[in-house]
Formats: sequence, structure tokens, C-alpha cells
Amino acid sequence: MTFASIIIQLLNGLAAAASLFLVSAGLSLIFGVTRIVNFAHGSLYMLGLYGAYSLIQALGRTPVGFWTSVVLAALAVGLVGVLIEVLVLRRIYRAPELFQLLATFAVVLVIKDIALFTWGAEDLVGPRAPGLSMAIEILGRRIPAYDLLLIAIGPVVLLAMWLLLTRTRWGALVRAATQDREMVGALGVDQAKLFTSVFFVGSVLAGLGGALQIPREPANLELDLSVIADAFVVTVVGGLGSIGGAFLAAVLIGVAKAFCIGVGTVNWFGAEIVFSKLTLVVEFLIMAIVLVVRPFGLLGKPQAAQRLAADPAPPLTVPSWTFVLVGLVLLLAVPIAADRYVTILLTDIFCFALFAISLHFIMGPAGMVSFGHAAYFGLGAYAAGLLLKRGGLPMEAALVLAPLVAGAFAVVYGWFCVRLSGVYLAMLTLAFAQISWSIVFQWDSFTGGSNGVFGVWPSAWLAGKTAYYYLALAFCGAGIALLWRVLFSPFGFALRAGRDSPLRAEAIGIDLRAYQWMAFVLVGALAGLAGAVYAFSKGSISPSAISIAQSTDGLIMVLLGGVETLTGPLAGAAIFTWLRDEVARRTEFWRAVMGVVILAIVLLFPQGLIGGLKALTQRWREARA
Amino acid sequence: MLTRNKLLAGAAALVGLSIIAPASAQGPIKIGELNSYKVFPAFLEPYKKGWELAVEEVNAAGGVLGRKIEVISRDDNGNPGDAVRVAEELLSREGASFLVGTFPSNVGLAVADFAKQRKVLFLAAEPLTDKIVWDSGNAYTFRLRTSTYMQTAMLIPDAVKLNKKRWAIVYPNYEYGQSATAAFKKLLSAKQPGVEFVTEQATPLGKIDAGAVVQALADAKPDAIFSSLFGPDLAKFVREGQQRGIFKGVEVFNLLAGEPEYLDPLKEEAPDGWYVTGYPWSEIKTPEHTKFLDAYQAKYKDYPRLGSVVGYATIMSAVEIIKKAGSLDQDKLIKAASGLTVLTPFGMIEYRPIDHQSTMGAYVGRIGVKDGKGYMKEWRFVDGKDVLPPDDEVKKMRPAN
Repeated sequence: MTFASIIIQLLNGLAAAASLFLVSAGLSLIFGVTRIVNFAHGSLYMLGLYGAYSLIQALGRTPVGFWTSVVLAALAVGLVGVLIEVLVLRRIYRAPELFQLLATFAVVLVIKDIALFTWGAEDLVGPRAPGLSMAIEILGRRIPAYDLLLIAIGPVVLLAMWLLLTRTRWGALVRAATQDREMVGALGVDQAKLFTSVFFVGSVLAGLGGALQIPREPANLELDLSVIADAFVVTVVGGLGSIGGAFLAAVLIGVAKAFCIGVGTVNWFGAEIVFSKLTLVVEFLIMAIVLVVRPFGLLGKPQAAQRLAADPAPPLTVPSWTFVLVGLVLLLAVPIAADRYVTILLTDIFCFALFAISLHFIMGPAGMVSFGHAAYFGLGAYAAGLLLKRGGLPMEAALVLAPLVAGAFAVVYGWFCVRLSGVYLAMLTLAFAQISWSIVFQWDSFTGGSNGVFGVWPSAWLAGKTAYYYLALAFCGAGIALLWRVLFSPFGFALRAGRDSPLRAEAIGIDLRAYQWMAFVLVGALAGLAGAVYAFSKGSISPSAISIAQSTDGLIMVLLGGVETLTGPLAGAAIFTWLRDEVARRTEFWRAVMGVVILAIVLLFPQGLIGGLKALTQRWREARA
Repeated sequence: MLTRNKLLAGAAALVGLSIIAPASAQGPIKIGELNSYKVFPAFLEPYKKGWELAVEEVNAAGGVLGRKIEVISRDDNGNPGDAVRVAEELLSREGASFLVGTFPSNVGLAVADFAKQRKVLFLAAEPLTDKIVWDSGNAYTFRLRTSTYMQTAMLIPDAVKLNKKRWAIVYPNYEYGQSATAAFKKLLSAKQPGVEFVTEQATPLGKIDAGAVVQALADAKPDAIFSSLFGPDLAKFVREGQQRGIFKGVEVFNLLAGEPEYLDPLKEEAPDGWYVTGYPWSEIKTPEHTKFLDAYQAKYKDYPRLGSVVGYATIMSAVEIIKKAGSLDQDKLIKAASGLTVLTPFGMIEYRPIDHQSTMGAYVGRIGVKDGKGYMKEWRFVDGKDVLPPDDEVKKMRPAN
């Protein structure tokens, strides 16, 4: 790269960082105060783009029309945020940790279909910014004037946010609530209003980030999820709750991407390194490195001990033997009684149930939330496929060895992850999942790249759907039984002690980190088993098994059923899989329907389905007594 | 009175109903269709309209084998795992005779492999990947659409004619972009020895950093650019490149960019003079296309996109397969499909016995702009059979089965 191109790529990176910063600042603000992992933040960004597009159509392509549209779109998105907070989230603040994530996930589904319905499927390319459509020549190269404006907007917003947070009463309250929201409430501040206002400001920032992109990015339906991952990364790399950190992180990631592209392909010691391909994963690489070196992000502080908004999790109860036996007998009878497709759907459900229960083990009783659990599911699936196709092993051996491979990855990833806690830990698991995904996705000669591996079919004696159904039932059932059993072993009790009170656990001589690491490996291996069973039931395996979407599905299943019960994730996996199958068949706008159903469950059963049912039966019993 | 027990019983009955398979009588012939409708709506909404039109026409003409046809359509969520599940559902619960559809390469390949395992005919409608008929081809899978290799090969004569020495390449970083790039480099190097590929940019699908990419391409000082971008990536690339003036004096070739799905959103910014493959729907005057166009516009009050043609031709092919087979027996269907000729809006196509690829062609031309809209100028139709590799090469690539 020449000096000129270095400067230009620097400017490109800074311009790309501006919008990223706005979105992330909003996310950081909302998380800091409300502790909500707002999955719908990307949807708000997307709405900002669509809104600005429509408003510009209405107000005209003049400088006044353009800027009025941008501001109005941002404010409108702010109102959407308020709506979400008032109608949905406010009702579930006292639910178990992370439950709100389920609600925001449902909101994502609903907004996506509303956007499709309103704006149609075609990409909408907005106009260039009137008055700023020219390019400015720098070092013999031309840079769009609008990019330079964006570069300036970033620091201006940063300054405005800083003033708002440090020089106003509202800012003082926000900072206080970030530290200790119970105390803020006790001192007479109306928390509901404060939360709503924070949601408004955060959403306006997301909307603004989107609206400002209109001259650079067509409004399209994929924006929501592609932005949300980046925004989380920036927020975490910068340090949760730190606006300055978010700015720094956005710049770091924006510039790093631009340089990966600028450097292109280089030869180092005879090896060809294609840097442009790194753009797929560079933000996650940066996040992994930052979190390993600085466990609270660049400018983040160790989180103050939070008083839980929800009551602490109740002790787990063992599922009753009658329940388990009746369930098993019914499942054993299915291939005799029901049609072929039911066994296929149930085979899927078994795999996802083991996947969800392994996730529940780590995020519930072990207290370590994983956003990247699909890594082990997918690596197990790939291990099975590759051992069969490339290793030439018989299918039975591949199936048995695959969990060990997934477990081996968990040994490595887990070693880093257990050194962190809370959302930082969750995001590091995501980083590892994404790094695994990008390697699998690009290693064409070994993993089949974006296409995946085909011909991963079971041996002849298992090829029948009924035979395979029983195999899946046996393996997944055994995996689930093992995990449940472990929870009531000394090891499981030690993990729960560590979750509820790390200090006391250490004091009575539990090497918590080692225990957590072991738990990581155990669930990694069992998620890998789920993946291997899944791979052989499908005959193929592709990178989507390691994707963020797969990890999210796992979280949704666990939360839907209820994180505080053992059987919850089981029910969650069954209901989510069945519902998606059923709804997608019956309506074109199945995503919105799914979203509404999940929202209904969220509002009716803030403990998750099984948690809610348990509470209901308990109340019923008490009323009778 | 409605008691809780009755409610429960009702709910149980509903669940039961949804599980019990509908009885299959001598009703319509069922064709199972699956596609990633919600993941790629811009292409697949017109596609769906296309096949709906075909179903209507076929049934109005009395159906096939004396029975009406019914297409049972499912969303595969763009995910191979889900696709295999709905494919199974279509076959075992809905009683579909065979499968058609799919869009992304990985889903198409997964369903193709599933079809082989289940010994069922699968007519892949959309996937562009070369592997589905070559490296991973199988006896049960046929593919309609003009593949990545074919579309790339169609652009080669123009590229050779320009005789540019320094080429820069940009592509979306997954199967389609990778194979387009590989095919282009191979074909051009063969025709034009001494050609240099000065830089390559692999961009994440849907997330191109257009400014940086455009700058990196310009820094390599290319005489020409080969791109396989589409959708939002293409729009961003075009705008950044034009604003930064890097397309001046540089010839650009872009696969698919002439398809209305991707060209129309660009409006007045459509890049003048680019060499593209696409679909100039308003200017094609062949009788078979005019008939299709009139029927489509009468039904939908909208113009067809390329997806519409693919959807329409998929169902027309499916029907011709059934007609020629004279039965729904899988072996007979496969035998019928091999070497089948079908009249599509793009003219007569043949499903080649050698690799089960259809000879559907595509339109090659340059982008022009008039009345604030992009269109294809100087276009010509290239028949698919003229751009496929020689038979012995195909045989070498395709596994024997």
C-alpha cells in the first residue's frame, strides 16, 4: 500500500465507523441501564433506513427535505423503541435474567415481516445526499463528501452524549442507574419513566445510525441481523456502558476492516494470505483478542455487583419418574402409531432438545451464558461428517467420536471463556463460534466451504426413519439423562454454589474455574453429540449449523421453556421446532406469527412455559389447601 | 358449557388432525416445491408468481395425465437442515410425487443429496452452483437455471474482444462468487494468454465495505473489472465506484447485474456500459416470450423478473416430465427427464442426458440508462448449449452413478 492509499483507507474506515458507533452507543446505553440484551436494536436501525427512504420520497430530494427526513426518521424510530419498552419489556423486568432477550427476538421477527409487508422485497436504493453528492479529491483520490461529513458526525455525537451524560440531571440518573438501579428507585426516581427515556434515546441513536446510511446503503431486509452482531461486538469491545469505549471500538473495527481490504493479498514467506477474506470475521477476532487481554473491554470497568431484579433462581427439582416413564413410553410408541413425518420432526426435536438442555446446563445451573453454543453443535456435526467422508470411518464410529472432537474444542474455548463473566463471557463464546464458523466457511478443500459436506447418511441398518428415530431417541435421551444426573451430583451442586455465590464457593475449597471449565467441556461434547445425530438425520451439514442463528435458536428454546426448570428447555425445543414447522406451512408471514406467539408466551408466562405452568399448579394447590 | 376438559380435548384433536396424513386419492398430481422465500424475497416473490401462473395455465388446459396439478410449497428458511425436513414432509405427508425448487447453493446441494438417498426426482430451479450437476451430480437431480459457469462463459467473448491486460476481480465470498471467479480466470486465461489478474476482493455477502473495496480495486490500476456482486452489495459498489470515479476508463463485467431484480433498484444510477447477463423483458419479441409476458402482465399487472421466468419454466418442465413419463413412477420420471425438451419463455431447452443440466440460455448485453431507469442494450441471446464445456470434460467432473 502506498501512503496515499493508507490515508484513504483510514478515511474509509472512519466513515464506516460512524454509523456503527451510533448504533452501538444506543445499545450500550440501553444495556447499561436496563440490563436488557436488546436483540431488536438492529431492527430499529433497519427501520431508520426504511423510514428515511420513505420520508425523503415524500419531502423531496432537497437538502432541507433530506435532513428533515433523517431527523424525523430517527425520532420516529425512537417512538418505536418507546412502544416496545412500554408494551412489552416493562412487563417483564422482573423476569429471570436474559428473558427479555426472548421478547426482543420476537420483536425482530415481527418488525422484519412488517417491513416486508410495508416496503416490499426489493432493495430500496436511497438518493445521494443533496448538496453533498460530489466527491472531494484527497491525494489524487476521490472521497465522497458525505463520507467526510460522517467522519465528523461521530465525534460530534460522542461529545453530545458525553455532555448529556455528565452535565444533565438525566445523565446523572442514567449513570446512577447503570451503577445501581435499585438504589435509584429507592431514592424516589420513577424508574419506569427513566427506562422509557433511555429506550427513546437509545432507539433514536439506532434510527439515526440507519437514516444516515441512506446515501451509502440500500434499505433491505437483511440489515437487522447483520448490524446487531456488529453492534454487540463494538459495545463489548469498547466496554459495556462506556460510550467513549464504543467510539474507540467502532473506529478500531471500521479501520481494521478497511485495511484488510486495502492490503488485499500478500505473500509472506511464500504463503499467500488473502486479507480481504478476513473481513468475514475480523471484528470477532478483535473481540476475542481484546476480551482475552482485557476482560472488561477497552474502556469498561468491572461490573458493579448487581442486585438481581428478579428473585434468585429456585432450587431445581428432579423430574418425576412417572413423567419421564410416561414420556418415554409414548415416544417409543410413536413410530407404530403416527405417520412417517412425525418421526422425522421428532428426530429434529430430539437433537434440538439435547442442544437446548446442554445450553441450559451451562447458562442456568452453571451460570455462564453462552451466545455461541452452536459452535459445539456445528463442530460435532462437522466432525461426524468429516470423519465419515474424509476419515473413512464407519458411521457408528464417527457418531461416537464426534462428541469428543466437539469436546476438544470446548477444552480450548472454555479455558479462555471461564476467565470472564456475564455478558463478556457470553460474547467471547460468540467470538469463538464465529471464528469457527468463518474457518469452516472458507476452508473449501476440507470442510466443503459454504456448501458444506454431503452424503453424510447413516449405515444401512439405521437408514430407515424408524431405526434412526430410535437411535436419536437413545442417544439424545441418554445425553439429557446424563446432564440431568450430573446436576444432582456433587459436581452439579458445586457449580450451582459457584453461580449463586462465587466467593463462598471458593471459600469452602471449590476450584470454581476448574469446575466451570469441566462443565464447558461436558456441555460442548453433548452439544456435539446433538450435532452429530442431527447431521446423520439430514445427510448433509453446512456452515449454518455453526451460525449465530443456530446459537440464537438454542437460547430461544431455553428461554421459551423456562431457564429455571429442568424440563423447560425440553418443552422449549419441542414447541419452538413444532411451531416453526406448523406456522411456516400455514401462512406466508410466518415470522410475524411466530413473533406474536412468542410475545404472547413472554407476557403470559414470564418464567417461561414450564416455569409458568409450575407456578400455576402451585397456586392451584395452595388455593385448594 | 365449554369446560377446560373440552378445551383440552379440542386442542388435542386439533394436534391429532395435523399429525394424521391426509388420504391420497386420485386427486390432483402433487408437486412438492421448497424455497427460501423469506431469505431471498426479492428474487423469490416473482418466482412464486411465475410458477403460480404456470399451474393456472396447465390446469386450464386440462392438467396432465388427465389429472390437475397442485404445487405444495414450503419455506425452507434458507437452511439445508430445514430444507431436508420440509422435503421429507412434502414426500411423506403431503404425498408429493417429486421435488422442485431451492435457491442458495448449499440448500440445493443438500436437497440433491437427499433426493439421491430417497431415490426421488429433484428438479433444482434456482441454484447456480456448478457442483449440483458436475462434481456432486447424481442421477436423480436435474437443474433448470443457467449455471454460474455458463453465465460466466457467456461474457468471455466480449472480454476477449476488449483484449484488456490487467483485470481486477470482486466477488461475494461464498460458493457462487468463488466459482464465478474461478471459471472466469480459467476461461479468460485460456483464450487470452498473458492476461494478468492484479487484485481480488472477496467480500462478505450482504456486508461489502464498498468504499474500501472500490479504493483497493482502483489502487491496483486495472484495465477491467470482473464482478459477481448482486443485490445490496452491487448497489453499494456501483454508487461508491461512481462517486469515486473509479469506473472511468475501466471496463466492468458483472454477472447477473442485468436481471431486473438487481438492475431496477439502481434506477438512474445504473452503470452505463457495463457488460452483464440479464433479462431485457420488454424487448424480447419471440412468440413464446410474448405469450408468457402477456399472460403474466394480465394476471399480475406487473412485469416479470428473471425469477418469474424460472418459476414458470420450472413447473412447465415438471409437467412435461410427467407427460413424457406417462406415470409417476420415479424411474420413469427420471428416464423422461433425461433428454427432455421443453418450450420455455426463453425458447426450447433440453435437459442434457450427460449431466442433467438444462440448456436454458441467458441474455448478454450492456447496461444503458434512459428515462431514469437502467435497461439492457446491445443484447443478444446466448443458447446455454453453446457455452457448456466439452462432453469429455463434463464426464471427468461428474461422478459415475
